[in-house]
Amino acid sequence: MAQYLLALYYTDEMPSAEEFQRLCVDVPALNAKMEDASVFVFQGGLPPESATVVRPSGGDFLITDGPYTETKEHLGGFWIIDVADLDAALEWAKLAAVACRRPVEVAPFEMRTIDELLAASAAGEL
Amino acid sequence: MTVEAVFRREYGRCVATLIRFLGDIDAAEEAVQDAFTVAVARWPSEGQPANPGAWIVTTARNRAIDRLRRESVRDERHAQAHHLYGADAAAGTAPQEETVPDDRLRLIFTCCHPALNQLAQVALTLRLLGGLETPEVARAFFVPEATMAQRIVRAKRKISSAHIPYRVPAEAELPARLKPVLAVIYLIFNEGYAATTGSLIRLDLCAEAIRLARVLAELMPDEPEAQGLLALLLLLHARSAARVTAGGSLTRLAEQDRRLWDRDLITEGQAIVRACVQRGHPGPYQVQAAINAVHSFAPSFDRTDWRAILTLYDQLYALTPTPVVALNRAVALAEVRGPAAGLDAVNDLRSPAMDSYYLFHAARADLLRRLGRVEEAAAAYDLARSLTANLVEQAFLDARHSAVLDTGPSNQPG
Repeated sequence: MAQYLLALYYTDEMPSAEEFQRLCVDVPALNAKMEDASVFVFQGGLPPESATVVRPSGGDFLITDGPYTETKEHLGGFWIIDVADLDAALEWAKLAAVACRRPVEVAPFEMRTIDELLAASAAGEL
Repeated sequence: MTVEAVFRREYGRCVATLIRFLGDIDAAEEAVQDAFTVAVARWPSEGQPANPGAWIVTTARNRAIDRLRRESVRDERHAQAHHLYGADAAAGTAPQEETVPDDRLRLIFTCCHPALNQLAQVALTLRLLGGLETPEVARAFFVPEATMAQRIVRAKRKISSAHIPYRVPAEAELPARLKPVLAVIYLIFNEGYAATTGSLIRLDLCAEAIRLARVLAELMPDEPEAQGLLALLLLLHARSAARVTAGGSLTRLAEQDRRLWDRDLITEGQAIVRACVQRGHPGPYQVQAAINAVHSFAPSFDRTDWRAILTLYDQLYALTPTPVVALNRAVALAEVRGPAAGLDAVNDLRSPAMDSYYLFHAARADLLRRLGRVEEAAAAYDLARSLTANLVEQAFLDARHSAVLDTGPSNQPG
């Protein structure tokens, strides 16, 4: 099995009330479907216009309003799923794209638990 | 058969089998190359084995297992890297080369996975199935060697890290997944047939594309579009000798010496088209093959069944409504209803995209010439010439340009 990030990019434009209503139905339905298929790992949401960027600057730090990339779209929410391979991940991404009515970026996600990291560091690998 | 010939014929099949066995593309390539190195050393003195492909697979497998054992002693974790795709190397089961399905089909679908960009698909297909070295692939597409190497490395890494599966897609996904496979083979052929730069025809790429199309058609006998693609490539390739003169200049279909057409390729292509028509599941490649079959039946350009060709272009446009198909349809229309009707149809297609397509201006130029509109024809030839980087096409358009100015006035209708 392999884990994948299904990422959704949003603009700062708020969805219409009608669109929001539909999302409130379709997204939980997809969550339930993922849970039934035992592929759901977790889901995350990033509230719009709330990111802050911290960057090292001349021995100090510069704190600015975010997000980091100056594109119109920013990461707004995501799923982490656990499936057999990329083809299976793409099938879930199709369902997610329909439920959220936007493109979905699929990327392999390498989760590392603290136990794994400590074990690797003890073996002198990181 | 020389080792070189065996390499050409068997490399793709051997790599495909070793990838299934080892679960790793690089390890599979390395093992197969090792085995061919052994073959070069042994076959001349010991004689070639009865089944050279099976010998290469067995030798490659044994060497890979030795290597894995050495590495697992030295570095347990390194060996674990070879466990993508649920490889069966660890189980120690000897694959039965004669009875297992041909792994090349899995490999084609992995190389042409839609998650890879098209140039990476092309590069991987030529490299892994065709056995071309990276510099050869780079030369074929006029890309610097380092760029091509990087592209191949990146694509392999993505296959591994994104877990692109190594299998033939299920029935339901097949139509969507077959499309990029057909497109890659067609692109390789086209790059050979109408090279984007330099000389016009690169027969090595055409031959490689036909070889791949043949493999696909053999492995997927029930896919009419796979058959259609093979027929299309055979029928186009049959005209290669007549298409370019000894001096390297382009000869259009209208002026080709049809005695130079390869009759064997035509017969094979026509038979496939006939079988496709009987099957009755047309698709874009089959219809294009049918159009070229009609050309191949005509004893001369004037005696071509243009009505049949126009009907087929209508069918093709219904399947793939692209401006390029519409342009070809307009050219066929000119043969059925005359150059004025053809020119009207061509002019209707004008768009920013078309304006940068050299064949649009070349087609306009030809129709204007036939209508005796000399100045406009010359201007259109000029425009077409400025839009192609292919030297042979440029020379052809230059020749047309001077010819239209020389003979133009006498062609003026009253």
